[in-house]
Amino acid sequence: MSGAIGRRSLLAAGGAAALVPWLPAWAQPIASGLPTVGGADIRLSIAHRMLSVDGRTSHAIGINGTIPGPLVRLKEGTTARLHVTNVLPDEDSSIHWHGLILPFHMDGVPGISFPGIAPGATFTYEFPVRQSGTYWYHSHSGLQEQMGHYGPIVIDPADPDPVAYDREHVIVLSDHSALHPHGIFKKLKQMGGYFNHNKQTLAGLIAGRDQPLNDRVAWGAMRMDPTDISDVTAAAYTYLVNGHGPADNWTGLFAAGERVRLRVINASAMTTFNIRVPELAMTVVQADGLNVRPVKVGEFQIGVAETYDVIVEPEDRAYSIIAENSDRSGMARATLAPRPGMTAPVPPLRARPLATMRDMGMGDMSMDHGAMGHGMTAPGEPMRHGMRDMKGAPSVKDTPAVQSISPMPVDRTGEPGQGLEDVADALTYRDLVALDRNPDTRVPSREMQIHLTGNMERYMWAFDGVKMNEVTAPIPFTLGERVRVTLVNDTMMTHPIHLHGHFFELVTGKGDHAPRKHTVNVQPGGKVTFDLTADAPGDWAFHCHLLYHMHAGMMQVVTVRAAEDAA
Amino acid sequence: MALLLLAAQPDAMAHTVSAPAPGCTAEHAAMGHCTMPKAEPPPPPPSPPCSPEHAAMGHCAMPAPPPSPGCPPEHAAMGHCTPGEPTTAPPPSPPVGNAPPPPAPRVDAADAIFGADAMAPVRARLYAEHGGGSISRIMLDQAEVRVGSGETTYSWDGEARFGGDIDKLVIKSEGEGAFGGAFDRGEGQLLWSRAIGPYFDLQTGLRQDVGPGPSPTYAVVGVEGLAPYWFDVEAALFLSDKGDVTARIEGSYDQRITQRLILQPAAELNFALQDVREQGIGAGLSSAELGLRLRYEIAREFAPYLGYVWEGKIGRSAQLARAVDDDPSRSSFVAGVRFWF
Repeated sequence: MSGAIGRRSLLAAGGAAALVPWLPAWAQPIASGLPTVGGADIRLSIAHRMLSVDGRTSHAIGINGTIPGPLVRLKEGTTARLHVTNVLPDEDSSIHWHGLILPFHMDGVPGISFPGIAPGATFTYEFPVRQSGTYWYHSHSGLQEQMGHYGPIVIDPADPDPVAYDREHVIVLSDHSALHPHGIFKKLKQMGGYFNHNKQTLAGLIAGRDQPLNDRVAWGAMRMDPTDISDVTAAAYTYLVNGHGPADNWTGLFAAGERVRLRVINASAMTTFNIRVPELAMTVVQADGLNVRPVKVGEFQIGVAETYDVIVEPEDRAYSIIAENSDRSGMARATLAPRPGMTAPVPPLRARPLATMRDMGMGDMSMDHGAMGHGMTAPGEPMRHGMRDMKGAPSVKDTPAVQSISPMPVDRTGEPGQGLEDVADALTYRDLVALDRNPDTRVPSREMQIHLTGNMERYMWAFDGVKMNEVTAPIPFTLGERVRVTLVNDTMMTHPIHLHGHFFELVTGKGDHAPRKHTVNVQPGGKVTFDLTADAPGDWAFHCHLLYHMHAGMMQVVTVRAAEDAA
Repeated sequence: MALLLLAAQPDAMAHTVSAPAPGCTAEHAAMGHCTMPKAEPPPPPPSPPCSPEHAAMGHCAMPAPPPSPGCPPEHAAMGHCTPGEPTTAPPPSPPVGNAPPPPAPRVDAADAIFGADAMAPVRARLYAEHGGGSISRIMLDQAEVRVGSGETTYSWDGEARFGGDIDKLVIKSEGEGAFGGAFDRGEGQLLWSRAIGPYFDLQTGLRQDVGPGPSPTYAVVGVEGLAPYWFDVEAALFLSDKGDVTARIEGSYDQRITQRLILQPAAELNFALQDVREQGIGAGLSSAELGLRLRYEIAREFAPYLGYVWEGKIGRSAQLARAVDDDPSRSSFVAGVRFWF
């Protein structure tokens, strides 16, 4: 008992010494628990402010004065009422509650759910809280999300939590840039590879790095760059944990022997992170807010907008939490320690991955297989054919937004993601099994495909080759119908695809315990199949959660209408 | 002593204590497995001390894989049984149906709550904003001084683009002159550029030449884009107001030596369908310019360079030049800067 008091006073001292005004208490340099906004009426206010990261200050947008915004703590079974005021002087704003099951007009997407929140106006969101777990919220207006307009949500379950833990830390990962988001987007439009300073070079060829010459020639023939892993890299970004740069070193405290729950949220605009805590195993207990059977991993990839809850049981020493951008151009770093001021070694960035023929949708037509006599003769040969064979995807419109069509996309849910191929204990989607039985186990009455298409040279991104601004009809569902949806990635980038207002069940062979998600990372040249019960009437956004892909057109509207209305 | 021994082997102790309990062992509960009364799905295979999930947590050493019943899906997912061996297939589920999709309705659900008047402009903006933006890029690819035999000259070659993904306004300009001497020649093109595929734009418009000599106006049709192997290429056909037809093909390649040091070979070939004597152009391949420039990207947008350029008249054009005692070719060292914004 006296030990606990001692620890608390220590925390208070540490917190007082380094209180940072633009951070909520839970995100202070030394986390001291999770003070939060909660209760019957929650007030949130969106305004400009300055953000200081690793000693550099830049302009940002905060909520209630902090970046990330305050932790919104809700309770399953209650009604949430959130009054959101837009204090921005000259632009509309909004808050979308990412992953929450709610009436469509409370979903917070201007133009789809509601008209948005005008400058000076207050909009009150009110909805029943029907779930529990880790979620987050962010702007769906313009590119505000990139400027700091995001924050975490934790919903405590009505029943006892099946996950046992002694302490929790919210880990909000994000990518912060001193560049204005419109400037970033303009650069990408002007030059798709603008931020990639890790391209293959002649010096690299001579030194024997990266692809051998014949592969470079073959990839050049297809105008494909195997180093194009992230559109926006550490050249523009500093990667943050709870608003802190790697040098700021956010520290989460624990007492030895505790089971610590890390609620990891990828709130970044463009960054796929690979997360590990060197020398500490993580047990994944939740994905996208829903419990999964515990699975022990050494590392996991988290797509933009995904959440994972992991349990760690640290010993009485410090640990580094490392979140590398999947292109290995930079990392977010934080510390888990039993006492303030402790640090652990920070491993250097690992070698950047190179895209492979699998990432180009060559499936198993890989060079290895060719060499093994599976029908491929010259390595470069199969690639030249059919890189843009529209017959392979009849539902895709032949537009300049389509740079390639995956000739042989394969289900890659059993793979951990780009760069983690050699990490033996990395999580894959096939490791996920829902803890609870799926609410709807009907066999889908129909199936459909949606192709993820893009053109890195023009920086165009779209579903089925048609950008949002050229879309003429939404993707329709009948209320209550169950549909099998396959997302086919015709690009060489990983896309985190998010459907608002619904969870869907990944088809990974888990029967009635399929993992349920709101956002799914579709690996390059791969495909993902999920079963969707369209149980939420209304109009819903459906988009790639890479902010600039969405902004470039990779978005659609999904409509859910009762059968009689649709006729 | 025994106590010490046990303390030193926590695993052994845990096993001793927890092994026989069938339902919900202490650790198991702590892992979050059995507080929920419902939904603990398929009963674990009867190997009591170490259930699959439990093993996945790393709490007990998995005995040798069960010999007969194969590899249940969860089990396989945990990586506990060898891939390749036939798994016990999940019960075959009936095939997915082939019901038709419903007709697509209007996107208007929010109108019923907030009113169509409030929603319509915001919805229009939403669609337009996502993919409908316009961008400009103004690039002076070459702005350089040429030092060779004879006088020192300057030259430029640039292009500006304004517009969306499909349709753009493109302005091109190139020209050259001598320092302290006569402005030699210059041209400007005003083009409508339309994307006709993932890599190429079709460009049509007007070209106006300026300079001391004849200054024709041309109608232009051409293509510009990225060819296989990352070659930037342009090809254009020009029809002058005198009825003369000429053509130009340009190509360049960026060879990255390091992330910032780039070697750019470039070539420009000019053709004529007929002699254009007042401009000293002969029918056929009339002139060429070959350049090799080594630039250093201080920033992507700003890259000074050094290089070597050979330019010359060819074939009948060369003959025409010699006839008036002009040197048909010239080579120069060049220094310049490439910049864009």
